[in-house]
Amino acid sequence: MTRRVAILGAGPAGLAAAEAALSAGADVVVLDEGERIGGQYWRHHEQLTDRRMQHQHARFARLGRVAEAATVHREASVWRVDTAHGIRVHALVGPADGSDREALTIDADALVIATGAHDRALPVPGWTLPGVITAGAAQALAKRDGAIVGERTVVAGSGPFLLPVADSIALAGGSVAEVVEAAGVAAIARGWGRAPWQLAGVAGKAGELAQYAGGLLRRRTPFRFGQAVTRIHGQGHVEAVTVQHVDAQWRPVAGTERTVTCDSVALGHGFTPRLEAAIQAGCDLSPERFVVVDDRQATSVASVFAAGEVTGIGGADTALAEGAVAGFAAAGGSLDDRRISGAVRARKRMHAFATRLATHAIGPGWTGWLDEDTIICRCESVTRARLSEYAAASSRAMRLATRAGLGACQGRTCGRTVETLIAADVDFDRRPVLSSIRIGELARLHHAEHKEQE
Amino acid sequence: MSVRIRFDGEEIAGRDGQTIAGVLLGAGRRSWRLAGGAERGVFCGIGVCQDCVVTVNGIENVRACQRTALEGDVVEREAR
Amino acid sequence: MRTVVIGAGAVGAACALALTEAGAEVIVLDRAGVAAETSSRCEGNILVSDKGPGPEADLAILANRTWRELAKRLDDEPAPGRPATEFEAKGGVVVAFGAGAGALEEFAATQRAIGIRAVPVSAAELRELEPHLSDAVDAGVHYPDDAQVQPSLATQAMLAHALRLGAEFRIAEVIGARHAHGRITGVDTSDGVVEADAVVNCAGPWAGAVAELLGGRLDIRPRRGVILVTTPMRQRVFHKVYDADYVGAVGSADAALQTSTVVESTPAGTVLIGSSRERVGFSAEDMLPPLAEIAAKATRLFPFLADTMLLRSYFGFRPYTPDHLPAIGEDGDVAGLFHAAGHEGAGIGLAPTTGELIAHAVLGSPAPLDPTPFLPTRAGLRSAA
Repeated sequence: MTRRVAILGAGPAGLAAAEAALSAGADVVVLDEGERIGGQYWRHHEQLTDRRMQHQHARFARLGRVAEAATVHREASVWRVDTAHGIRVHALVGPADGSDREALTIDADALVIATGAHDRALPVPGWTLPGVITAGAAQALAKRDGAIVGERTVVAGSGPFLLPVADSIALAGGSVAEVVEAAGVAAIARGWGRAPWQLAGVAGKAGELAQYAGGLLRRRTPFRFGQAVTRIHGQGHVEAVTVQHVDAQWRPVAGTERTVTCDSVALGHGFTPRLEAAIQAGCDLSPERFVVVDDRQATSVASVFAAGEVTGIGGADTALAEGAVAGFAAAGGSLDDRRISGAVRARKRMHAFATRLATHAIGPGWTGWLDEDTIICRCESVTRARLSEYAAASSRAMRLATRAGLGACQGRTCGRTVETLIAADVDFDRRPVLSSIRIGELARLHHAEHKEQE
Repeated sequence: MSVRIRFDGEEIAGRDGQTIAGVLLGAGRRSWRLAGGAERGVFCGIGVCQDCVVTVNGIENVRACQRTALEGDVVEREAR
Repeated sequence: MRTVVIGAGAVGAACALALTEAGAEVIVLDRAGVAAETSSRCEGNILVSDKGPGPEADLAILANRTWRELAKRLDDEPAPGRPATEFEAKGGVVVAFGAGAGALEEFAATQRAIGIRAVPVSAAELRELEPHLSDAVDAGVHYPDDAQVQPSLATQAMLAHALRLGAEFRIAEVIGARHAHGRITGVDTSDGVVEADAVVNCAGPWAGAVAELLGGRLDIRPRRGVILVTTPMRQRVFHKVYDADYVGAVGSADAALQTSTVVESTPAGTVLIGSSRERVGFSAEDMLPPLAEIAAKATRLFPFLADTMLLRSYFGFRPYTPDHLPAIGEDGDVAGLFHAAGHEGAGIGLAPTTGELIAHAVLGSPAPLDPTPFLPTRAGLRSAA
């Protein structure tokens, strides 16, 4: 009997998994919340996306063809994954946050979790002002909507992702005042070799990054190393930022402050994996809080595989390689099979790239730029001072008393930051409801079940 | 091709296929929600943070960055 | 009198507070933390509306008064790191559809006879109390004395107050007991021995297991309850609003899934929708049927809820006794061992008066009411679980 493989996410990892699972003869079902496949990396719109932002388009076009052989559910919000009695995925299909979407239940023999990651933005005084967005938002709006948030943007944070973000803003018609990278020149030289952004053996990645760096040079955009945006100024909207040197621990260095005029800020301090589906499925996590996988990308739960950013932040090429391995293994294929050897080799190469991203890891000194009244939890407007009041309480008591992480985003935005500030794990990623579902939609499930029984 | 929505009683035109957030930003709006008395708009842009939610055709809590604008959509601010 | 309280849920915190105020030296032990389990996985009900005449109603009526004074006392002394209880005497409205109206009114009449304020309201008056209620609701009873606290915060506040008066709190798991001459003389914990003249078992749904560990006997079982939380919204629900069949589900001994609607707003703007009762052990599996059934019944009561967004759900285990009465008092076999557990879904509401009954049992301070019906030595509680 044909194995059915369900895949959560249609980004690079999910699509590569679908392609590989199909090649191994599986019946493949892909679910993604987007209107189009491609995930955040290929967040393209036929009419609205500037062609120059469509990186690796040939690869995408090839993977896109899997959509014809697999069953692809677009606009599918997976809100629950059960693995207790076989694999069962519950989703709602229809417009984002609609109130009358169609319920979909998928039973499968194997599951590939390729839910990706989202930006992590550290709090900065003033970061709730309109005009402050995440680096990923700048990228997504430019790609998906051809839109910009301001005329003059400071891009700040850490990691090579800042480069394509700055590039996209410029291509969408904005201007980038500066790119501010917290890692210092010395650290980057150590981490990446003498020629930053270039890596032997990862030609595609190096070429892509070199292209962005070239764009910055051409537009004469200043690139600052070892600096950070430590304050955002404005009355009702962004008017300027303070840029400041930070030491190797990301502690702001007094006396180095300067003001940069801008009307928008894009913040990106790395990525947070989207773990809730994997956690609900019962997958073990590493101490660094990624899904633990073996050589076959198999998780600790039987027949559940994971690939891409949920297993470690590595970028699109890593995700493609891991996805292919996961999909192939989920379909019952063996890693000795010649059809998957290319992906196994690519995965090894790309993991070398991923390791280098540690150069940009968040330094503990960043908390030095917070004020007591800086909002940490954006949903519930919880300040740092309020969190400090409950420093001695249990994490659960703290959460209920301050409401940090209890708001609409359920700690997706502030969770890791809150844990840093209270120096304790809060387990924000354990979410009983994986994505939005309305009470009426839930009620209809009961009525449907009830009817079946009659 | 263009799409027209109503926001705050005003008609706003965007490009066909844009999200509600894209249409609002294109019209120069940067915030459309009140949180603890302060203006908020788009933040994460990929449906994670819930900062950009609006009421669309009477249904609350719709993420403006995720919902594609449809001709005639009536979009209202939310506050809490 | 050195007293160990096992469990830092609402009942443990209330016992610690009452014992400390009555002069005992109190050490509270919990394996996880303050309000780590049942007391932060419930609604925080302080109800009289669901109690028919009997000992539990007597306890609830007293506890309702006690909570008003206690919440005021706790909330009047704000301190950093000590939350307010969010005590709210919002009142309850129990409603019935169609033929249920008659049974509801008969039940309310028996409650009025024992002094519970239970005011019949017409369909028109119901709309005034709850404008968004379904048109299909025919009749209701208003219980002005039903109230609510935020249960985790209230527990934190009670314990913080006890600590300020000299009690001690340690995170440690109880793994055994010390006995001498038929008396308990201390407990073994993951963090060493704690000697005690008296030990109070407030371990909620785990109280049966703890009793056994300490040489006693108590038949307490877990009963799972699920609650849905919506995203914050403008207030459209103004009381605790119940479907009349809630009363039946609480009193039921059936192990199978039972749900009945309880809908209310919280100060944070969310709406809590409960609740289910299932005896499935300490299982976290098969959560979907109760979630969907609760949602279906809630939209029947408040149609507007259909379009509201589910933010999260949570579930907890309530300590269930076969005769639906809490066990409060000294163990039948082990002198110096006391139990305060088995309140099922009423533990928050009954906590302060339970604390007073325990202070009476341990220290001989005045009893707030006749303790006899609640004694753990009663028949029906000592059969093996």
